Amino acid sequence: MKISEQWLRQWVNPNNTSEQLAEQLTMAGLEIDDRFAVARSFTGVVIGEVVSAAPHPDADKLRVTQVDIGESEPLQIVCGAPNVRVGMKAPVATVGAVLPSDDKEGFKIKKSKLRGVDSNGMLCGASEIDLVDSIDGLLELPEDALIGTDIRDYLGLDNQILDISITPNRGDCFSVRGIAREISVINDLPMQQPKIAADDVVTESGASFAVNVEAMEACPRYLLQSISNIDRSIDTPKWMADALVQSGLRSHNFLVDVTNYVLMELGQPLHAFDADTIKGDIVVRLAQPKETLTLLNEQIITLTGDELVIADDEGVLALAGIMGGKRSSVTDSTTNIVLESAFFNPLAIAARARRFGLHTDASQRFERGVDFELPEVALARACDLITSVTGSQAGQVVKAESIENLPARAPITLPIPKVRDVIGIEIEPAVMVRILTQLGFAVEQQADSLICTPPSYRFDISILEDLIEEIARIYGYDNIPSVLPHLQVSMDYDDTADLTHEMKLALVDNGYMEAISFSFSDAKLETLLDDEALGEVLALANPISSDLAVMRRTLLSSLLPCVQYNLNRQQSRVRFFETGLSFVGQSISDLVQTPSIALVTVGDVWDEQAYQNRALDFYDLKHDIEQLLPAQIDRARVRYERSALAFLHPGQSAKLYIDETYVGWLGQLHPSTAKQLDMPATWVAQLSLAPLLDLAREQHTITTPSKFPQVRRDIAILVDSDISLQMLESTIRTAAGTLLTDLWLFDVYQGDKVPMGQRSLAFALVWQDNTQTLSDEVVKAITDKVIESLVQQHNAQLRDS
Amino acid sequence: MITQRMQQYFVQAGFNVATGPEVESDYYNFEALNIPSHHPARAMHDTFYFDAHYLLRTHTSPVQIRTMEKNKPPIRIICPGRVYRNDSDQTHSPMFHQLEGLMVTESSTFAELKGLISEFLEAFFAKELTVRFRPSFFPFTEPSAEVDILDDNGKWLEVMGCGMVHPQVLTNCGIDSEKYTGFAFGMGIERFAMLYYGIDDLRLFFQNDVRFLKQFG
Repeated sequence: MKISEQWLRQWVNPNNTSEQLAEQLTMAGLEIDDRFAVARSFTGVVIGEVVSAAPHPDADKLRVTQVDIGESEPLQIVCGAPNVRVGMKAPVATVGAVLPSDDKEGFKIKKSKLRGVDSNGMLCGASEIDLVDSIDGLLELPEDALIGTDIRDYLGLDNQILDISITPNRGDCFSVRGIAREISVINDLPMQQPKIAADDVVTESGASFAVNVEAMEACPRYLLQSISNIDRSIDTPKWMADALVQSGLRSHNFLVDVTNYVLMELGQPLHAFDADTIKGDIVVRLAQPKETLTLLNEQIITLTGDELVIADDEGVLALAGIMGGKRSSVTDSTTNIVLESAFFNPLAIAARARRFGLHTDASQRFERGVDFELPEVALARACDLITSVTGSQAGQVVKAESIENLPARAPITLPIPKVRDVIGIEIEPAVMVRILTQLGFAVEQQADSLICTPPSYRFDISILEDLIEEIARIYGYDNIPSVLPHLQVSMDYDDTADLTHEMKLALVDNGYMEAISFSFSDAKLETLLDDEALGEVLALANPISSDLAVMRRTLLSSLLPCVQYNLNRQQSRVRFFETGLSFVGQSISDLVQTPSIALVTVGDVWDEQAYQNRALDFYDLKHDIEQLLPAQIDRARVRYERSALAFLHPGQSAKLYIDETYVGWLGQLHPSTAKQLDMPATWVAQLSLAPLLDLAREQHTITTPSKFPQVRRDIAILVDSDISLQMLESTIRTAAGTLLTDLWLFDVYQGDKVPMGQRSLAFALVWQDNTQTLSDEVVKAITDKVIESLVQQHNAQLRDS
Repeated sequence: MITQRMQQYFVQAGFNVATGPEVESDYYNFEALNIPSHHPARAMHDTFYFDAHYLLRTHTSPVQIRTMEKNKPPIRIICPGRVYRNDSDQTHSPMFHQLEGLMVTESSTFAELKGLISEFLEAFFAKELTVRFRPSFFPFTEPSAEVDILDDNGKWLEVMGCGMVHPQVLTNCGIDSEKYTGFAFGMGIERFAMLYYGIDDLRLFFQNDVRFLKQFG
């Protein structure tokens, strides 16, 4: 909200600079977003009076004027403004003046000739001195404006506008009164309220209306007052127009300006109806479903039934607390009005304006809560201003209220020690009482507690913590010391983040980079990476764009586009990993969100180099995946099975198991999928983090190395190619028993020297006993047992080694 | 990397790292945090919805709620993670990361919150800083504050929000608000990364351009 510093200082004027005042408000919770002068800087503009205006000899639209700016000779100025006339006072930019412009330079006024006639300066419109034009022409100044006065002084253009960001809880601060109250409490100064002449303006001659409030709960207080015979030719007084302009508003006409002025000054939204358009009595009620209303802004809305409206015999007049209707709006010819000043319940207004795409000064305030004791005061203030300026007559105030429906203000008990418990510092009870009292609370001190009743304008105070916050912010957060919490050490520590970080480092060591891609993806890509196991595609109801519209079921659907992005930028080798949730389920309610780690890699094994390079293959990917397993893991626990995932290459993909636990999948992206994405051979994997973390956390036993020698035996066998290595190793281990301490494959041959469909595999077996040296006989016996199992179970042929 | 740097400080200060789901229910994201459906603060969050009940979390605060429901005080956790807001430009991304923290004990105070946050900021930026705590409003804390640091040009930069946990939030989680007090804080990880590295476009973090990523060796 923009507000005039000058206006605030009329209410309370602490001895400080604009900057200090802004700082004070910010530190009390009313953040100053911006602070600027009413008009940008310019020089050399003074008040002048047009003393003569003659037609230009060579141009129809130009006039040659003589302008008195208080110097010995009047200035000759050529002017094209349509409203220029003899006797008018207007701002004059003298030769040498620099006017504001959008570049930094400024616009310099020089002596010039316009169509052959000398012009020594420029008569200005509002926009030329950085104000808003309300007419096309010169800015006409009041008759009593003193010739020669600098326009910046006269219009108060150096005054500061404060742009205050008001948090949703502080509806009471949307006015000069509200902000001034805060300033007075911060500085411990009294506040000067304007004097409001109330009843003496009322005459019996004004028209009177009957009011019927049907929706008492939504509108517990409703006041109307008619004002008749308003002279509309009277302009807004300069002090009022200045106050509005210095609060970032425009001056329109006097009636609009009065309601804006009272709104800004006291915080009460008022609404003026054209009295002559109202038919019968005024009713405050809930809308009927499908009822329509044409608003002031020409928008036609259809009501649903829970909106509060003001109506007459003919239908809806206004959307209560939000915006008036067209039919009863005040026009330039209106001379009789009815002024409305009411308290609407915030719950009856909240969200209704947004429903129709509206956001008005009134709705903004009513939604957060307007002082329910204010309507009468504000109505009197507006009525006083209108009648005293225009000489019109006010009728009796018509009032409908339901006291029991007004917001309750229950006393809150604040135990004094609780303040220290929450804030962490002792504050004198007398200081607390001072702060709360000045903020408008009724405070009663009892032994160890303060009993505080909030004022009618505070809608954000219901519990004792609300009071502590008030005390703390006025006492000053800066005055609360910084203390470090007591140390608390616990061995019950969740190491998930640390272990995950270690896994990431392992991949970084292998040339991967961590990518962070969005958790939502393109539905088309999600369909391309489909498989029955992934359930349904889950769509957002309000996505930001179509390529970020569904939740990713695998991390690939957002990672692959990142790889494409880089391939399109001449990066041929891209290795990414990402951690994040995968979102898999048949519907939103049975969704499973699994912390996962995914890898994507394209290009060669190494960056281009002097030595031989090659394309990545399945074993490279397998190697990278195994970096995520503990180095000392018993290899027998790691198992790969053929994967049937539809988006993976059927012959180049696998599912990874640790013991019996499924961990994830790895392999080559299906060539047809890669082709549709215009990607080269792409290797991908995704593993669940939980089983990997469990594995990393396992406490494995440390065994003492055997004192006895180890014995190695190699066996080479010929088997059918479709028998997996995994199966053979498993057979060997089962047959070998506990004496086998290590096992690895050291040769694979497939080709001319073995029959088609078979391959030759050579395994190294290491035998060792903890209690004795193994004799040749024992080793031979168990090796033979292994061979026998291989022969029997897999039809293996032993080859001579 | 920035997350790690932040975590490092809090883990050393005795905090545990907690995580949770990103597709959340309206209850955990709003209701439990003292943000009922008509509350004006809802307008502050541009939320991605699936339907009337499910949404993408707009902050990692639901993890705080889930932790308080399951554990008795004393509680010291930090909650890093992805959060989502329906907004996109140079300074807003529809997805970004937050790190929130929560401490609930029998004696936590606003003074301790100030002490912890001030020390964290100086540790994180590895220099002496002028830090100010400015009163603000969040439905789930009271008193609430926004934290600013003074930059080299004498301008205040808003870096995080914090406050004493609102008693209603403690009550919602089954914690006796008469006996326990707590404080919570939250910060945008990318915001800290931008300040730390002097990066001015938030979108760079999600483009995953290897030429950008390489620089974080």
